[in-house]
Amino acid sequence: MENRRKGMTLANKQLAAGWAFLTPATILIFIMSFYPIIQAFITSLKKGKGVNTVFADPLTYNYTRMFQDGIFIQSMKNTFFYLIIEVPIMLVLAILLAQLLNNKDLKFKGLFRTCIFLPCATSLVSYSIIFKSMFATQGLVNTVLMKMGLISENINFLGTPGTAKAVIIIALIWRWTGYNMVFYLAGLQNIEYSVYEAAKIDGATGWKTFWYVTVPLLKPTIVMTAIMSINGTLQLFDESMNLTSGGPANSTITMSHYIYNQAFGQGVGALGYTSAMAFLVFIMVAILAFINLKVGDTRD
Amino acid sequence: MTKKNKSMVQRRLIPTYIFLIICSLISVFPLYWMIAAATNTSLNVARGSIAFGNQLLINFEHLKNAVQGTLWSSLGNSFLYATVQTIFTLFICSLAGYGFELYHDKHKDRLFGIILLAMMVPAVATMVPLFVLISKVKLLNSVWAFILPGISTPFMIMMFRQNSRNFPPDIMEAARIDGLPEWKIFFKMYMPVQKSIYAAAGVISFMNAWNAYLWPKVVMTDNRAQTMPMFIANITSGYTVDYGMTMLGVLFCSLPTMIIFFILQKQFAEGITGSVK
Repeated sequence: MENRRKGMTLANKQLAAGWAFLTPATILIFIMSFYPIIQAFITSLKKGKGVNTVFADPLTYNYTRMFQDGIFIQSMKNTFFYLIIEVPIMLVLAILLAQLLNNKDLKFKGLFRTCIFLPCATSLVSYSIIFKSMFATQGLVNTVLMKMGLISENINFLGTPGTAKAVIIIALIWRWTGYNMVFYLAGLQNIEYSVYEAAKIDGATGWKTFWYVTVPLLKPTIVMTAIMSINGTLQLFDESMNLTSGGPANSTITMSHYIYNQAFGQGVGALGYTSAMAFLVFIMVAILAFINLKVGDTRD
Repeated sequence: MTKKNKSMVQRRLIPTYIFLIICSLISVFPLYWMIAAATNTSLNVARGSIAFGNQLLINFEHLKNAVQGTLWSSLGNSFLYATVQTIFTLFICSLAGYGFELYHDKHKDRLFGIILLAMMVPAVATMVPLFVLISKVKLLNSVWAFILPGISTPFMIMMFRQNSRNFPPDIMEAARIDGLPEWKIFFKMYMPVQKSIYAAAGVISFMNAWNAYLWPKVVMTDNRAQTMPMFIANITSGYTVDYGMTMLGVLFCSLPTMIIFFILQKQFAEGITGSVK
């Protein structure tokens, strides 16, 4: 071995070193991401529990079962509801804040930025519990609304489907707007100030500059934050679990939460069925990421 | 610019200031409230008190006894898991990013493209097969169970790869002529000059590991192996909730990441936007 190594040419040595450097990370990704997703697909075609699983007949058994499962359909509706309402509001707010903070005449920029960015420092479980406590029936928000005379009796925010969903959306916007803002701030810093000067000379007003100069130049960043947000929302778990426990009556449960319950909740563990639902989430994430990349392709 | 002009500019910015102040207050308030609530009785918290109280020590006593008295072990576990994961991530992903960028050829670029596909694989889709795998090799409730799926991520590899571009290949050639082996170039030359990117990646990796919830919940089946987010989730799972104690628990869980945030905010911002360049 020693002789062989000495016999290697310099170029070969470099080639070997290059491969050696990326091997551990590559192996881990294959074992921890690619192997399990293939495994999930195979399991999704099977029926039965524990070691006694057999391929289902028809193979699509678990997939057809999903669309007859009222709770799963509910969880899908909920997840997409969060997605459609929360992501656009959050991204628009994040761009707006970044644009405002990018003004060179603005004072206390750093302070504002730190404050708005701060929610990112809390864990998803932490802020879920904070919002759960704030919006409790005997909680701060109810007390304040009562003192202001806006309500005559306490609202059971988390016990009513509509308001429970609203609280989750508010919480999500609170937690993630600053996070996305940071991406836009980084993107805006790459735009030369002279571009704005030119727009001003051409007579563009504030909104026009924003719409025709800033937004097109930020397009790659917008696409990326959209992909990340969609990806994150489709996998929403901590908030559903800790803020509302999916309730009332599954009206706020997310797909990930339901899949978790099916896999690890009491008395269940139908791995084939669970895997089929999980694989569907994977397909959704992949399709949405693909659409997003196509839409945002800057080479057009 | 004249003084008059300046004050006019500032005057025009008044709506902007008002909007930013409102947004800042909304952002900070829940965290302020968490701290205030940690010092109050449950009853006062429910009544909407937002001033500081004198119940901190009593809440702390209750918290110590919550969930079979696992506060300290949960904190310790979280520190251990997050630190170990961060060290492994930094080492393995920087090595890969360095390899992909500075030794790149057609095959490695293609492999990198494949690795990026892993970004599309959601945690919930791999959770069950990975649980089966981890339990088969008898690693449940161990630090390895926690870190293995999180060590190597496309995001981190990409971040190191992008940032390896500023490492000049000439230096490597010079080192090779001096007879330095390839691995020594990485350790002795690459690592020291990439300190800032290691800091950014380290902050983001530690925060992610500290805040992880779904995966630890799956593999840490024993209370003694649970993490801080699991601990606070367990406190609130009962029917009656002691708000003061709960908020103190949430504070314990948030304090380390908040301290990191305040000290290393720049690195944190660089970390999350790291692979975008």
